[in-house]
Amino acid sequence: MFLDLFFDLRAAGVPVTIGEYFALAGAMEKGVAEYDVEQFYYLARASLCADERQLDRFDRVFAAWFERMEAIEDPFQAVPPEWLEKMADRFFTEEEKAKIREMGGFRELLETLRKRLEEQGERHEGGSKWIGTGGTSPYGAYGYNPAGIRIGQSGSRHRRAVKVWDRREFRDFDGDVELGTRQMKLALRRLRKFTREGAADELDLDATIERTARNAGYLDLAHRPERKNRVRVLLLLDVGGSMDDHVGLVEQLFSAARSEFSSLETFYFHNCLYERVWRTNGRRRGGMLDTYELMRTYGPDHRVVLVGDASMGMYEITEPGGSVEHWNEESGQAWMLRLLRRYERAAWINPVRDDFWDYTGSIDLIRRLMGGRMYPLSLSGLEAATAELRS
Amino acid sequence: MSAMTARFDSTATYVAGEDLIVAVNAAVALERPLLVKGEPGTGKTVLAQEVAASLGLPLLTWHVKSTTKAQQGLYEYDAVARLRDSQLGWEKVHDIANYIVKGRLWEAFENEGGAVLLIDEIDKADLEFPNDLLLELDRMEFFVHETQQTVRAEKRPIVLITSNNEKELPDAFLRRCFFHYIQFPDGATMAAIVRAHFPDLHKDLLNEALGLFFGLRDVPGLKKRPSTSELLDWMRLLVIEHVEPERLRETAAESQVPPYVGSMVKNEQDMERLAQWLGSRGWSR
Repeated sequence: MFLDLFFDLRAAGVPVTIGEYFALAGAMEKGVAEYDVEQFYYLARASLCADERQLDRFDRVFAAWFERMEAIEDPFQAVPPEWLEKMADRFFTEEEKAKIREMGGFRELLETLRKRLEEQGERHEGGSKWIGTGGTSPYGAYGYNPAGIRIGQSGSRHRRAVKVWDRREFRDFDGDVELGTRQMKLALRRLRKFTREGAADELDLDATIERTARNAGYLDLAHRPERKNRVRVLLLLDVGGSMDDHVGLVEQLFSAARSEFSSLETFYFHNCLYERVWRTNGRRRGGMLDTYELMRTYGPDHRVVLVGDASMGMYEITEPGGSVEHWNEESGQAWMLRLLRRYERAAWINPVRDDFWDYTGSIDLIRRLMGGRMYPLSLSGLEAATAELRS
Repeated sequence: MSAMTARFDSTATYVAGEDLIVAVNAAVALERPLLVKGEPGTGKTVLAQEVAASLGLPLLTWHVKSTTKAQQGLYEYDAVARLRDSQLGWEKVHDIANYIVKGRLWEAFENEGGAVLLIDEIDKADLEFPNDLLLELDRMEFFVHETQQTVRAEKRPIVLITSNNEKELPDAFLRRCFFHYIQFPDGATMAAIVRAHFPDLHKDLLNEALGLFFGLRDVPGLKKRPSTSELLDWMRLLVIEHVEPERLRETAAESQVPPYVGSMVKNEQDMERLAQWLGSRGWSR
């Protein structure tokens, strides 16, 4: 019966695995929580949920599951075995299936699945009719995830669902889709560049060996300064309008990877860089900084990362007075070139998918201004950008 | 069902919620690591001491810093010491084992009858750090290349890991742990915690102080909200300096900054923010 909970959690997007499930079962066996619902709840939470951001989701699933457990009556009805297999297909990857088999539990698992379907089937009127009628889930009444119904539906729709799911899984490995922040952070980490500075307090083994050899074999220790991260990053973000979600993501990303840089400064612009930037993303009048001032304050050793969709009217880049918000004496193009002359290492990260870039004139123009250094907001894009910035 | 030898429970000085007790006992029973997260100052580190004390096991603490490497928890080979000894012609130089310095994990594995190992603030370390420990924590064994020996835990130690959420931990690592998030205690629990530390405290003083404390936590825009450990420091000061409950009541009524607030609010900006907030809104109670 705990398998229900396991499937419900997976359906709700809490990433539980068989290993964690066995941990729960093991703890139950050892009597950590006995005959007490609350204790069982705590135990299930501790073993199945490994992230506080998912605790709430866990609670909701648990509540629905528990309600259903209480409502169960004694049912019996035959269920075609192929439904069960399809259901197993739906929930498990090949790897996991192998694991279940290895643990000798697949049959038992299917048995429980079968039982559950029987329970659900019985509780619904008309037995065989509950499958796919009008798209309402037979489990719906019990708060079960709608994905579950698809087992009962005629082949095509189910298979399509699986395929979609499979494809997404596959693309993750491809590295071309947005990935979890952890992987992105790993990519950003390559930006780290260590140089030696400060007091000599680390043993230099190579130099020690050399000096010892020169010293006729008597030990002569050599020290050198510790390596420190010297990468400074100037982050310029396009805010306002459609960019806000992406910008939020990038901002979080960089500030989460903050420890990888020796300094990180963030400023904001709208559409294209002009004579002023904002200090806060509210773009209030008070928080503005002259772009000249910006370039004076932050030395040429900074790496500049611009983030924006670069999608605008061409005149916003090429013409003086082209900005949609104010009168700019000089064109955005001029400001971009000025910035790039000052900062040798720069990259533009574009959340728009790179296969669309050729169809928007302004993206193409900005890319040419950047000397081709425009990268999509994906793992491989970030890696390419960091490689460029590192050099 | 195997009988559980020892159980962790609330102690005279440590008030643990039922959920925390279950999580700890599950980790003890299944010998899996327990990952504890929560706001700073909610007693994550103290938990390990209490678990060790209540199970009667020695506590080994491995404080993780940004420079800590996973290998340091296993062992380190002190090549320099050996080189030096060879210069001096000492006998012990012939056995490399003399220069293997044991790490915390090794010590915990070695301890007969088990031990409690606290890996404190694992998120401080490098991103790869948790991954480098996966196998060691799973199998509770590792291989020493220099001496060609395998170190295996006779009795698997109870591993407690704390994190302040500065970095995300890898999924593979999370899957191997029990997880518990220590929530910030509510008023009643907090009162129990303070009572555990100050059994003779006057009821009025406790009430007034807790009112101010939770009021302070509710001030929006503070960079670091005071937590349990700060409250306990403050209470200690109030007791030592014989502050009367009336004084605190006046503070609240007249929207003043409470006495000895420096033990709870620890930076200038927060102090300014507090004064400004109190000036405009007063204590919300």
